[in-house]
Amino acid sequence: MIRLEHIHRYFQVGEQTVHALNDINVTIEKGEYVSVMGPSGSGKSTLLNVIALLDQPSSGRYLLNDQPVTQLDDDELAKIRRENIGFVFQFFHLIPRLSAAENIEMPMILAGVAVKERKQRVQEALASVSLQDRADHRPDQLSGGQLQRVAIARAMIMRPEILLADEPTGNLDSKSGKEIIELLEGLNRQGVTLMIITHDQNLGDRARRKIRIVDGQIG
Amino acid sequence: MRYADLLSLSYRTVISHKLRSSLTALGLIIGIAAVVILTSIGRGIHTFVLAEFTQFGTNLISVHPGKTTTFGVSGASISTVRPLVIADVVSLSKVENIIAASPMVQGNARIEAGEKQRRTNVLGVGAAVPEIWKIKVVNGRFLPKEESNPRAFAVLGNKLATELFGTASPLGRRIRIGSDRFRVVGVMEKKGQMIGFDMDDTIYIPAAKALELFDRESLMEIHLLYKSNTAVERVEKAIKRSLIARHGREDFTLVTQNQMLKKLDSILNILTLAVAALGSISLLVGSVGILTIMTIAVSERISEIGLLRAVGAERRTIFQLFLCEALALSAAGGLCGVLLGITIVQILDAALPALPVELAWTYIVAAFMVSLLIGIAAGVAPAMKAARLEPLEALRAE
Repeated sequence: MIRLEHIHRYFQVGEQTVHALNDINVTIEKGEYVSVMGPSGSGKSTLLNVIALLDQPSSGRYLLNDQPVTQLDDDELAKIRRENIGFVFQFFHLIPRLSAAENIEMPMILAGVAVKERKQRVQEALASVSLQDRADHRPDQLSGGQLQRVAIARAMIMRPEILLADEPTGNLDSKSGKEIIELLEGLNRQGVTLMIITHDQNLGDRARRKIRIVDGQIG
Repeated sequence: MRYADLLSLSYRTVISHKLRSSLTALGLIIGIAAVVILTSIGRGIHTFVLAEFTQFGTNLISVHPGKTTTFGVSGASISTVRPLVIADVVSLSKVENIIAASPMVQGNARIEAGEKQRRTNVLGVGAAVPEIWKIKVVNGRFLPKEESNPRAFAVLGNKLATELFGTASPLGRRIRIGSDRFRVVGVMEKKGQMIGFDMDDTIYIPAAKALELFDRESLMEIHLLYKSNTAVERVEKAIKRSLIARHGREDFTLVTQNQMLKKLDSILNILTLAVAALGSISLLVGSVGILTIMTIAVSERISEIGLLRAVGAERRTIFQLFLCEALALSAAGGLCGVLLGITIVQILDAALPALPVELAWTYIVAAFMVSLLIGIAAGVAPAMKAARLEPLEALRAE
């Protein structure tokens, strides 16, 4: 469960102070399907980064599963991200010199999971995104849709309860985009909390709960 | 993160840029190979020179006139140094534990034998020289044991005998040294050069005759051979006691072969150290290569660092990853350098037998350790830079 209370986030840009998040109060229950929409510069990415623990709010309280996470140090945050949050990015962010299987394996390597278990879980993950026959391909040998499927498999490999997707279809053609969304929605049906940031109205409308953000405030 | 995974990830990264990694390692390879080769030559010369000096044996002591100390009145104003004379040799040869003693006067003179003439090195010595210097007579005999009033006999070095008499036997022939007449009684075996001094182009005559020939009053040195199972300090003490009793004071200096070897050894060690230092300059250049490549690698992979941080890598892990990469590069470079160096040394040894080479293992191990240290030193700064990146900013870099 994600609970944000009176979250503010200021940025110093030159002389000016930008108020990117202005008193955000949101609670997202486990298993919800939420879309965050809003124009460019509205603060939706900042909101995602705060929820993802990649950015710290200037003030306010953030409880993740009833645990306050605003006062944690860097290494503790890394551990929480590793175990609780999966990321899917617009630009995939795969490591170019590693194969699809190795990219999926990476969070488990960082977590120190045993080799035997890793190999087995990677096989299952590849099967769940229908890429068994692409395991040894490097990112430059895969299409955009396949890359994003690898990224989703990587995001889910540590079995996090939250999946954050930042414009997951922004770099894909409409057919691959549709496949990716169906994959993500399938994961949501299995109980994963899914939060998608998007410009795309049609995509945003598919979510059961829609958050609209304008000028750093929830509209 | 497990260490095995750390190693395999670093290995994967180094391997993925084959050309770039090998060029980077090449700097180090050349540096390490240079250290291996240069120190092998240094060590080879070291061994060679020491062997040259020990071919006369190690239980030798020489006595030189004058006391080398830096206090007291200058010897130039009041000379109280009593010269070393042949009687000193006779008395020293009776000292406990001394096997043999020989005077030594050296000079250069013209030798005439029939029609032939040659300038050569003249050694005025005693009968004990073959025993002290471990050198044999191949033809005839050496100078007889006659301390005072010796007969005018001469023994020729091997090369000198050939030059003067060709294949004919020189035994019994008369020769002229300077203006004095001598009879040849023996020829020495071939001994070869000793650091530029040709032992074969030499003539041996009795010391008393050499003093007359060169118009000297005193000996240049006295050479003593002592029993090899005796402590050198005890022998030195006995020699001093005997000579002080004769001269009234310590106006001489003893040099043992061991002291000389020790001095030589330290000089030659400095030589090896100096060439190692020369080689290290190229090591330094190699390390700059690694620093450059690691700095580039960090800036190329900022977004990858951001991703790793986002999926749960601690700062420590990022630091380890990049440091390990620099280490992998330097260890590979160091290992190849050592192998290349050893190969070249072996080729040199086979191709140029005259050049003394000997693998200096201490330096080889040290060079490899230094290459690892270089990896760490060159890797730390870029790795720290990578670890300090904020995940969010790093992710945005594209």
